[in-house]
Amino acid sequence: MLKNTLKTLLEPWGPSGNEHNVADVIKTLLTGHVDSLRTDALGNLIVEKYGTDDNAKRIMLSAHMDHIGFVVTAIEKEGFLRVTNVGGISMDYSRGRHVVFENSVDGVLFCQPVKEGKPTLADFYVDIGAKDKEEAESMVQLGDMCVYAPDVFSIGKHRISGPAMDDRCACALLVELLLYTENQKNTIVGVFSTQEEVGLRGATVAAYGIAPDIGLALDVTGAGDIPEEKYPAVILGEGPAVKIMDRSMIASPLVRDMLFEAAEQAEVKVQREVLPYGGTDGAAIQHSRAGVPTGTLSIPCRYVHSSCETIDMRDMEDALKVLLTFVDL
Amino acid sequence: MDLKTLCELNGVSGSEGPVRRAILEAARPLCDSAYIDKMGNVICHKKSGADDAPHILLAAHMDEVGFIIVGHTEDGMLRFRSVGGIDPRVIISKWVKVGDVPGVIGAKAIHLQSPADRQKVLSYDGLYIDIGAKDKAEAEGLCPLGAYASFDTSYQPLGDLIVSKALDDRVGCYNLLRLLKNEYPCDITAAFVSQEEVGLRGSQGAGHTVDSDAAIILEGTAANDLGDVPERFHVASVGKGVAVSFMDGASIADRDMFRQMMEVAQAGGIPAQVKRGVTGGNDAGSFQRARAGQRTVVLSVPCRYIHSGSNVASEKDIDAQYQLADAFLQQVEGGTNHA
Repeated sequence: MLKNTLKTLLEPWGPSGNEHNVADVIKTLLTGHVDSLRTDALGNLIVEKYGTDDNAKRIMLSAHMDHIGFVVTAIEKEGFLRVTNVGGISMDYSRGRHVVFENSVDGVLFCQPVKEGKPTLADFYVDIGAKDKEEAESMVQLGDMCVYAPDVFSIGKHRISGPAMDDRCACALLVELLLYTENQKNTIVGVFSTQEEVGLRGATVAAYGIAPDIGLALDVTGAGDIPEEKYPAVILGEGPAVKIMDRSMIASPLVRDMLFEAAEQAEVKVQREVLPYGGTDGAAIQHSRAGVPTGTLSIPCRYVHSSCETIDMRDMEDALKVLLTFVDL
Repeated sequence: MDLKTLCELNGVSGSEGPVRRAILEAARPLCDSAYIDKMGNVICHKKSGADDAPHILLAAHMDEVGFIIVGHTEDGMLRFRSVGGIDPRVIISKWVKVGDVPGVIGAKAIHLQSPADRQKVLSYDGLYIDIGAKDKAEAEGLCPLGAYASFDTSYQPLGDLIVSKALDDRVGCYNLLRLLKNEYPCDITAAFVSQEEVGLRGSQGAGHTVDSDAAIILEGTAANDLGDVPERFHVASVGKGVAVSFMDGASIADRDMFRQMMEVAQAGGIPAQVKRGVTGGNDAGSFQRARAGQRTVVLSVPCRYIHSGSNVASEKDIDAQYQLADAFLQQVEGGTNHA
């Protein structure tokens, strides 16, 4: 079940560069259901399920395992930790958050009083309840990372909120696709990628190693359906979004139109997405080697990069239908 | 080759010739093959003799920050810009060499500045290099457009420390040459790369050519350990050992290699510290993401006043960088660690 898979994948701890726990969970889910499974030098989990067609294309589908977090840069006399961002962190979303380290040390992320101007991350600290530097150092070391604690909950009938929705919801889609597709025409090369949030780094090397015929990134996109915000013109619950363009990529018309075709065949309503910011693994695939026709299928998401990234399960179900058809085109 | 000689050679990004020639000559007898690639990188291979040995890339950049001539005034002054990031506040009245021509960076004297002038940081538009030319024609003849200029600073001991230009990253080049003298259980490629300071450019070519399993980058890094800087903003402490990075602007270290480095340092009693600041980037960014990717880690010598004509570093830290890379390479075994 898509929802259960999603909940399973929202649990493991995994900021950029530390995705191994997520990869382990995915490996367990997929072992026995795919033709090959390997991990590359940057920790990308690369899974293949062969196509049946004589002219099967190799389609790289990428969903990133990492999410944004913080890294410890100083441990102070009084036992407080100073941190800096790993990926795009918003100060407004961060004050007063519960954060957690890989070894289950919990902390409160807070901001010291700022006399003038807006606080920056240099004003933030993490309180792990240590009485002094020595005690703090017995709990956490320089270079350790923490993330918003994985508090996942449902809102309304169809919606789920949690901190790692970007991009574990797409990991869940890719896992389900690999589990349920059978005898599809094309070869699926599923990449559970690393370090997307710090610059599409995992997908860059994965795409080079795979040299696919076609690329498709699976990611979340912002939703312009909240008070005083109308862009991008994407609405939660109105279906997955076919990306036309964002800051990093203009979707290859070939793949974009394949997605529209797949949606039509699957009788799924999709939205068109033009995002004035952001980027996805799609850009890394598209620009790899001599170029790869690439698109992105997006799950609309409110409050992206907050601890309450919110999606609608109906968009997820429909995205899975589109993908099952897409790999068979 | 000693560090003093390496530092006193001039090699601003894109103009690494003198450094390149010296390194090639020094490296050639130490390895199986050495050549210059199309980006001006010096690539040296040294086989271990074993068939299935892991292949480790060691990299240091040859280039240093400096200046380039962009114009001449009617009265024979040179207009210039920085090559790589240099704060214009650190360059006024410094001696430079434009090729072989000595010069000094000039600005309006304090007597001639208005109170408003004194509140401003002079930009490159308000500065010039004075080479003593009597007019534009003479200046153009001596230092044509596009000529490079370097800080003209000698290498000096400074108590227990040393001061020099270009410690970033001749310390890495120096240690890389030392490492090439040794035998290791892994195949080694030493890459002395060009154009790091203008955006990791040489290493992109080198990373594409060299098909290594893991990369260790030897760098000079900012220290920011001065008295009035709160400790939490210190990047690395001069004299406290080689700085091992967990992350910077260009790459996140492979977590196992980072951990192994710290363990090897502790086991061998090699002074090492975790580099705390994460700003800036280095060649690990391009080596990590070359081809289908490789694991990377960065070992840096903390340098005060980096990207100026007077970098200050500790010989102990420089030696610790060598010791740690050496100890790590000695314990590399096929299949037993991630390298």
